Amino acid sequence: MSHGELTGNQLPAEPEKATLEGRNKILGFWFFLGGEMVLFGSLFATFIGLRNQIADGPAPQELINLTMTAVMTLVLLTSSLTSVMAIQAMHRKDTAKMYLWFIVTFLLGLTFLILEIIEFVEYVHHGHKFTTSAYSSAFYTLVGFHGAHVTFGLGWLLTLLIPFGRKGLTVTTAPKMYVFGLYWHFVDVVWVFVFTIVYLMGKVG
Amino acid sequence: MAHTHTVKRYTGLMDWLTTVDHKKIAILYLVAGGFFFVIGGLEALLIRLQLMKPMNDLVDASTFNQLLTMHGTTMIFFAAMPLVFAFMNAVVPLQIGARDVAFPFLNALGFWLFFFGGIMLNTSWFLHGAPNAGWTAYAPLSTQFSGIGVDFYVLGLQISGIGTLIGGINFMVTVINMRAPGMTFMRLPMFTWASFIASTLILFAFPALTVGLVLLMFDRLFGANFFDISAGGNSILWQHFFWIFGHPEVYILVLPAFGIISEVISTFSSKRLFGYSAMVFATVAIGFLAFMVWAHHMFTVGMGPVANALFSIATMLIAVPTGIKIFNWLFTLWGGQIRFTTASLFAIGFIPSFVIGGMTGVMVASPPADFQFHDSYFVVAHFHYTIVGGVVLGLLAGLHYWWPKIFGRMLNEKLGKLTFWTFFIGFHLTFFVQHFIGLMGMPRRVYTFLPGQELDTLNLISTIGAILMGIGTIFLVVNVIVSSMKGKDAPADPWDGRTLEWAIASPAPEYNFKQLPLVRGYDALFKEKMDGRSELTPAEPLGPIHMPSPTILPLIMSIGLFIAGYGFMYQNNYVAVGGILVTFICMIIRSLKDDHGFHIEVEELQDKGAKA
Repeated sequence: MSHGELTGNQLPAEPEKATLEGRNKILGFWFFLGGEMVLFGSLFATFIGLRNQIADGPAPQELINLTMTAVMTLVLLTSSLTSVMAIQAMHRKDTAKMYLWFIVTFLLGLTFLILEIIEFVEYVHHGHKFTTSAYSSAFYTLVGFHGAHVTFGLGWLLTLLIPFGRKGLTVTTAPKMYVFGLYWHFVDVVWVFVFTIVYLMGKVG
Repeated sequence: MAHTHTVKRYTGLMDWLTTVDHKKIAILYLVAGGFFFVIGGLEALLIRLQLMKPMNDLVDASTFNQLLTMHGTTMIFFAAMPLVFAFMNAVVPLQIGARDVAFPFLNALGFWLFFFGGIMLNTSWFLHGAPNAGWTAYAPLSTQFSGIGVDFYVLGLQISGIGTLIGGINFMVTVINMRAPGMTFMRLPMFTWASFIASTLILFAFPALTVGLVLLMFDRLFGANFFDISAGGNSILWQHFFWIFGHPEVYILVLPAFGIISEVISTFSSKRLFGYSAMVFATVAIGFLAFMVWAHHMFTVGMGPVANALFSIATMLIAVPTGIKIFNWLFTLWGGQIRFTTASLFAIGFIPSFVIGGMTGVMVASPPADFQFHDSYFVVAHFHYTIVGGVVLGLLAGLHYWWPKIFGRMLNEKLGKLTFWTFFIGFHLTFFVQHFIGLMGMPRRVYTFLPGQELDTLNLISTIGAILMGIGTIFLVVNVIVSSMKGKDAPADPWDGRTLEWAIASPAPEYNFKQLPLVRGYDALFKEKMDGRSELTPAEPLGPIHMPSPTILPLIMSIGLFIAGYGFMYQNNYVAVGGILVTFICMIIRSLKDDHGFHIEVEELQDKGAKA
């Protein structure tokens, strides 16, 4: 009896929790997200503490492009929905649908990232650079940390999807997919706070 | 049943570089932590020799600043932390009846990240000077008025901090998911409980340090303005982040030490730990309160009376669960058949020493009094009573207690007792007088003092004590060398132990338990002994045991970040990106290649004398 050879309908109902390794991975990842919560909490605290310290830079009210960030919000939240669809498909053992929904998730995440880069370039042209003020440093550090998490997530998803055709859905690959889903939701939730605290609160001053 | 996967198994040096076995990782932590402990101790000796007499010129002011910064940083992050992790690795899986930790690969990665972080920090001595802004690295001293040494501090701590975080998550999952059948939470040995709570603290405290170090790094290397007042920054921000991490860190160190003391006192009193459930409650309560008190390090910053009062009350509250622990240890000793081995001497010596540290802790927790104590030698005396009198005495008790289980050799008791008495007397000689040096007005972190202030004699006494502690450490090293020259002579259960680790051979075989044990009560092994059994009740039939494969990837991943760190410091983007790429490529290899591990077959287990 070798490992990870169960496929298709032989798999148990929740293949990600079928092995102790899988359960460890999921629990450990929840704890990791707890640590990430403190990390982003600290970055938000820094931002809130420094958000009025604009020095000679442009004020957030005139800087922020709310239309752009609203579109980004829509794109990223939709990508969270599609990752749910992917995990749902995985639970139905419908690997083709799972693969498809993860590709949609990837494309939406990539769109978000491209929009964010365009947004940052626009801000830099308006004189809102990393070194301009305490506000600008805190802005780019917080939003940039989130953007880096999206980038890392996209790279991670590729390393899951590329070998998937060879490996298939097994009790080894299922926890990896599931844990990626957790990560992607977390990145999404953080963005909800970024949008509220950085952009909406920035717009109203 | 055929297990087709064959895995290359290494020997010699490669075995140590590729190991994912928690018992070998424990030894790596112990050796590396011991190495850094000696370095930090030599730095302390130089500090004390400089302060031996007024207007001494053994080292200059600049070197003194580097010495005190490196002493504090090394002792906390690279000596005490890894030594705590050494015992967590060596003991926790055995105490819960597990074959391994939850994440053996990450366990190795955590060690190597810590190790290269420590090496990086210490290379600063040879490259442009060590960090000199104190172990707390307050901004703007650390941003605008310090040399490149602080970059070593930032990146060294960042790399080792990631390793510590990984270790914390690993032990949380291990304790929750890997317990043997019957090992309920309220049957966990006290050291395991303490390690579990300490791991929780690591998880929630270290990310705050990560962010603080990121901000400091961005300010120093990329021109950010977090702590730059002229561009709207706020230097107090650093103090908050540092202490939101830093105060829980104290409990991350001392809770496992409390756990060790509970085990040692119970074993050598030949009694069940008094008030086990109260001990568990007290440990959890201390862990919770640890996050509520950080600003008591900042009473003199000017946060206002309301904030000072709240943080003062929260701090004094910690004395309650700590007091519960002290009394429970005393009641465990009370009426026990106490055996005065080296381990139990360290544990008994711990109690009054730590009580003094706790009492001065309540003193400095009072803001009006703290305005007098702040930045004086009184504070130095206080935290050394908690860290040396608490953590180090606890670790030394654990070292003498678990040494036979880790290495399979007994330490010499005569040398051990010599170690205890020299170290213990040296410790009190060094730090007790520092209370008075502080009350007489000597500030901490000064490289010399003027004669004729009645400080001369007390400082000389303190230095003599420090030398005595050094001699105690030498006795310990001699003891280790002597025992390593002997053959393996430790019986499985040399101390008449009560917990599961004493039920298996010394040193433990790589699979720990041939058959996972069925735990039938608190003090699982002692319960079996009382029921007249010589070994544990098995919970499963004898079968092949699955083991994780050894791998070199954790080492290479850590080297990648080590290289990237230098790239950041010297603003060389190619080196920085190259180093990070090495780490990422290792992560991708790890992700793509499934590790099937290998099996130890029944025949091999039977060869080693198991009953089928």
